[in-house]
Amino acid sequence: MIELLFLLFAAVAVGAAINVLVQKHVLYSSLSLIVLLTAISALFVLMQAEFLAVINVIVYAGAIMVLFVFVIMLLNLPPDEGGVDRLRWLKFVGIPMGLFLLFMVARTVWKVEGTSGAPDLAGTSQAIGASLFTDYLLPFELTSLLILIALMGAVVFAKKDL
Amino acid sequence: MIPLNWYLILGAALFLLGMLGFFLKRNVISLLLSVEIMLNAVNLTFVAFSSRNGQISGQIFVFFVLVVAAAEAAVGLALVIAMFRNRETLNVDRSNLLKW
Repeated sequence: MIELLFLLFAAVAVGAAINVLVQKHVLYSSLSLIVLLTAISALFVLMQAEFLAVINVIVYAGAIMVLFVFVIMLLNLPPDEGGVDRLRWLKFVGIPMGLFLLFMVARTVWKVEGTSGAPDLAGTSQAIGASLFTDYLLPFELTSLLILIALMGAVVFAKKDL
Repeated sequence: MIPLNWYLILGAALFLLGMLGFFLKRNVISLLLSVEIMLNAVNLTFVAFSSRNGQISGQIFVFFVLVVAAAEAAVGLALVIAMFRNRETLNVDRSNLLKW
C-alpha cells in the first residue's frame, strides 16, 4: 500500500518536473513546479518528516512560488522567442548525455545498503526545534542575517535607476 | 517499508531533470525554476538518509536549504526585474555585454 503511494507521488513528481521543462510559457512552468513541490511534501510525509512537509508547502509553494508567479505577471513577458541558433542541436546531445549520467548515478545509488531495520525517525516539530535551538543555534542565527542581506539586496537590485 | 534506494533514485532523476533544464533552457526564470527542482531533489535525498539513519541533522539541513532557496529566489528575481528593465528580454544568450 505504502509502496503504491510512493510510486504515485514519484510519478507525479517526475511528470511535473518534465512538464516544467517542456512548457513554453514560464507561468505554466512555475504552476507545474507547485505540483512538484506538493508531491515532494507528500513523500516527506511518507518518510515521517511531517514538519518539513508542512514547511515545504508553506515556504516553497506558498511564498517562493508566489514570488515567482508575481514577478512573471509583473513583467508582462513576451512569448518565448525560442532558442538561439547555435543551441538548436544541443538538446540532441544533452538529453542522451543526461540519460547516461542518470544511468550511472542510479547504478551507483542502487548499491547503497539499506540501513538498520529500525522504523523511520519521526521529524516532528519538537525534535527539529530541540535540535535547531541547541546544536544548530549559531547557523540558525546566521540564517537570519542571510535573510536580511537578501532582503536588502533585493530592494537595491529592483530599484528603478540601476 | 519503502527501500532507501527508491528515494535515492527518484532524487537522482529529479536532479538530472533540473540539470537538463538548466543547460537547455534559455529563459532566466526557467533557469531559476530548474535550480529549484535540483534543490528539491537534494532535499528529498537529505530527508531519506536522515529518517532512515535515525539522525535529525539531515532534516535541519533541509531547513537551511529552504532558507537559502528563499534568499536566492528573492535576489534572483530582483536581478531578473533589473535585467528585463535594461535589456527588454530574459534570454540569457542576449545578455552578452561582457563577451567579446
